[in-house]
Amino acid sequence: MTPQIEVTGVSKAFGGVQANRDISLNVPAGRITGLIGPNGSGKTTLFNSVVGYHPIDAGSIKFEGREISKMRVPQIARLGMLRTFQQTRIYSEMDCVQNMLISLPHRREGWRTMFGRFTAEPLEKAEHLLEFVGLYDKRHLISGDLSFGQQKLLEFAMALMNEPKILLLDEPTAGINPTLINGLIDRLQRANSEFGITLFVIEHNMRVIMNLAENIYCLAHGELLAEGPPEQIQDDQRVIDAYLGAH
Amino acid sequence: MSGNATQNLLHGAILVAGIAAPFLFPNYSFQLALLWIMILFALTWDILGGQMGYNSLGNILFFGAGMYACTVVQIGLYYDVGAYTSAFGAVKVDFTPDQYFTGLFLGIAVAALLSMVLAVLFGWIVFGLRGPYFAIGTLGVAIAAGELISAWEWVGAGGGISLPTYPGEPDARANFFYFLCMASAVATFAFLKWLYSTRFKLAINAIRDDEEKAEAMGIHTTRYKTVAWTIAAFFLGISGALFGNMTGFIEPLEVAFPTVTFGIFMVLMVLLGGKGTLWGPVLGAALFHLIKEVTWTHLLGWQWVALGLLIIVNVVYFQQGILGWARDRWPELFGIRVEDRQAKAGVGQAEAAE
Repeated sequence: MTPQIEVTGVSKAFGGVQANRDISLNVPAGRITGLIGPNGSGKTTLFNSVVGYHPIDAGSIKFEGREISKMRVPQIARLGMLRTFQQTRIYSEMDCVQNMLISLPHRREGWRTMFGRFTAEPLEKAEHLLEFVGLYDKRHLISGDLSFGQQKLLEFAMALMNEPKILLLDEPTAGINPTLINGLIDRLQRANSEFGITLFVIEHNMRVIMNLAENIYCLAHGELLAEGPPEQIQDDQRVIDAYLGAH
Repeated sequence: MSGNATQNLLHGAILVAGIAAPFLFPNYSFQLALLWIMILFALTWDILGGQMGYNSLGNILFFGAGMYACTVVQIGLYYDVGAYTSAFGAVKVDFTPDQYFTGLFLGIAVAALLSMVLAVLFGWIVFGLRGPYFAIGTLGVAIAAGELISAWEWVGAGGGISLPTYPGEPDARANFFYFLCMASAVATFAFLKWLYSTRFKLAINAIRDDEEKAEAMGIHTTRYKTVAWTIAAFFLGISGALFGNMTGFIEPLEVAFPTVTFGIFMVLMVLLGGKGTLWGPVLGAALFHLIKEVTWTHLLGWQWVALGLLIIVNVVYFQQGILGWARDRWPELFGIRVEDRQAKAGVGQAEAAE
């Protein structure tokens, strides 16, 4: 089976800083794949390259067998690959339901949908998903007034509303109250198992990523350091050294 | 619903007042017509400035372009435009009523269409710019347009063009243009009221709140931005066509592309009334126009100082504008729900318990 995302030999430099060097990895469809590494190891750069945020210097990125390294962010998003941001991003002056409604898929958008009104069906879906992440009671509040953790949940619900095939999550649990983390892990797993969405997750919280991912890639200094199932990564001396700063 | 009934009553009262106004105050019909144009200015500026978060300083471009397009059509249908303009009105030209009205309405249509085409063309260039760069870029385009027309002999260059004279009494002419101005402003309002009830509004609001997020979610941002500007251009083109005919003589810098007066007034009226709302621009335009005319009459010599003072107070102490302030004060009236303190505390406990 061909992987859903196939990254081959990708390099990216910002001026003199080599953020990613010759990175190759695969994200299989329907699974949860993790991406870890110390601060500044190039994880977010790799995400940005995959979703088309900036051009890459070398290499190839394929989504479902199709080369996407030359495509722009909205085009890639409409193919069904969505990302969430490390610094949570929502439409802060709109209420939660509006945030959800405008996150409907934009794949087949014509003039009629552009100027159309919202029917009951997407509204129902929006409310259902808000309930799924536990924000139903707050659905009519201005999203910018929500707490940071709630905004993260809203961003996740917005991503689900878009019916993506794959979600790239950049530190989904960062800044979230530890008591809420278990609930979030549960919802991520259900998004994967119930909605069939592939997840590719950057995470610093080792407990989270070891529980969540089936396969983990570890970056250090912009290079791929190790790959394997959680148990193997946990015991890998190179990974431990990278995190403790032996390099 | 009582809210709807109040709204209908308000709409009705404004329409009745609008229709009665030129008959009650015939001496002010030009000022009243200008008021409708100001409302149209503010409403169209708010599409980008308020709803989409793109502060354009160059919307006056479409006003001037519409004015020139309409004039050229009105004259060009029956005379050679170059010969007409080079004679500076020295040739006696006559338009029959038939010719006049055909030319006028065709001219208005062409003005609206040409402005839309310009919006698509310039949108393609300036929508690559964000924030203050967009504001300066659009300002540059509008100033350049005025200078280009100033150098274009065929349309009279800096000397301007006289428009065909209205075939009728001055009073009839004043009322005729008053009602055209009123109709175009009311049409703008009605169109935007509808537009803001569709998916379009949420999309441009999303662009305002976080354009990068909107792109990451797959929204066709460029398409929405261009269409939004094209809508503004359509109505502004019509207003330019009407204003040119009301003044009877047009020239590029003061009448057609007045970037430092009308071009800036558009922004100020919206800021005064409250941006991002439907009624804010209407209220802001009415107040601004009133204040401007009163200071022009009673504080002559100091009118720009008074206006400047108003702007400073508005921008420094009262940024959200009148309706913006009212929305913060009474959010429920605007359909915004806020949780009260007790509910908030309850949620905090629920979160901790989870």
